[in-house]
Amino acid sequence: MDLKLIVSKIWKVYNNKPVLKDLSFIFDRKRIYVIMGPNGSGKTTFLKICALLEVPDKGKILYCNSNNIPLAKDINLFRKITYVFPQVGIFNASVFDNVAYGLKIRGFKKKEIISKVEEVLDFVGLMHKKKQNALTLSSGEAKRMGIARAMVINPEFIFLDEPTAFVDIENVKIIEKILLELKEKESSTIIIATHDTSFALKVGDVILKLEEGKILT
Amino acid sequence: MEFLAEAFKKALFLIINLDKELLEIIFLSLRVSFSALIIASIFGIPLGAFLGMKKFPGKNAIIIFLNTGMGLPPVVVGLFLYMLFSRSGPLGFLHLLYTPTAMIIAQFVLAFPIITALTQSAIVKVDPVIKLTAKTLGATPFQIALTVIKEARYGIFAGVIAGLGRVMAEVGAILIVGGNIAGYTRVMTTTIALETDKGNFELALALGIILLTLSFIINISLYLLQKRGIPPNIAWI
Repeated sequence: MDLKLIVSKIWKVYNNKPVLKDLSFIFDRKRIYVIMGPNGSGKTTFLKICALLEVPDKGKILYCNSNNIPLAKDINLFRKITYVFPQVGIFNASVFDNVAYGLKIRGFKKKEIISKVEEVLDFVGLMHKKKQNALTLSSGEAKRMGIARAMVINPEFIFLDEPTAFVDIENVKIIEKILLELKEKESSTIIIATHDTSFALKVGDVILKLEEGKILT
Repeated sequence: MEFLAEAFKKALFLIINLDKELLEIIFLSLRVSFSALIIASIFGIPLGAFLGMKKFPGKNAIIIFLNTGMGLPPVVVGLFLYMLFSRSGPLGFLHLLYTPTAMIIAQFVLAFPIITALTQSAIVKVDPVIKLTAKTLGATPFQIALTVIKEARYGIFAGVIAGLGRVMAEVGAILIVGGNIAGYTRVMTTTIALETDKGNFELALALGIILLTLSFIINISLYLLQKRGIPPNIAWI
């Protein structure tokens, strides 16, 4: 089932200052959308609201099925959306266990978990690190692990918040390659917040500029 | 000096020959302390986790109460429980006074605040992004709670070991509620106090050596756990 994300007239105010103003957009294709804008422009807030991690002060976030029927905001919907934080959110466990987390909580069988995790680790080039404690990974490797952890659960939407922040050029290139390959697969809609213009131009199908609380396409 | 050396030699003799009385006392001590510790962990870890994760009115008052409980004087606990369990006390009908059960209850009262407060503190220290990551990977509220507890596991273990250290070394409360009855409620610490009074230093010293060894093992475990639990320095976050 293909999900559509409808952002309808959302407002968000912080310290009496509106960060998002009457913002509307529809994310309806398995593409890579990149949201750009200077620091403090509200990229992360927008991303978190879209990912249902924050609630807008006004407006609506709707996830609709192919018949345009909005889905209830329950665990079934949450399991179709995932968010990779700039700090990744690394569990104090091996790379394998970090990536396997989403499958374990969904009750997958051990054999299936091993095969799926190894497949994505191979995809992001971290197979050789699967037994290593994930907290010892470099920033670039950790970001790749975060993407693998999101990919393995095969979500409809993947939100990536600053995937190239704190990452060296070599790892940025690897992340770009991973995202471009992921785009080819057309399995998820990927929404990225970044201020890295070169990265955005390389991976993005649609680039949205967030300025003064409004989206400029 | 000669007297000390002689007492030490006799104490070692008792340990090496696995003296029956000595073993009985050690086993009872371990049974009482570990029972109290397990019960305190069963109640303390979930409560500490709840306090660390949830916000509700009166939470700070509970935390202050628990922190005060961490320094609870054992004799006061002993006195309070004695009054509860004595024949004329409200729980006198249970006939618990001068039984190992009363000693387990006394040690539970001492270990519970330590385990609960240190669990709460360990949970609070878990990076909030961990909780959000678990949520966004599709975890249910219960699975999120388990994930946070797992991340705090080293701090929680440290709390349990600190609780064990407290109860193993405790003498005041169990002396009052246990009565130090030979072969029934006599444990290492109470025996040391009694035998020292009687001038029977060999047994007291032998138990002292064992108690110190146990304390050393507990502290080594605590140190290793804390060292293992420290995440590597992640410069990029």
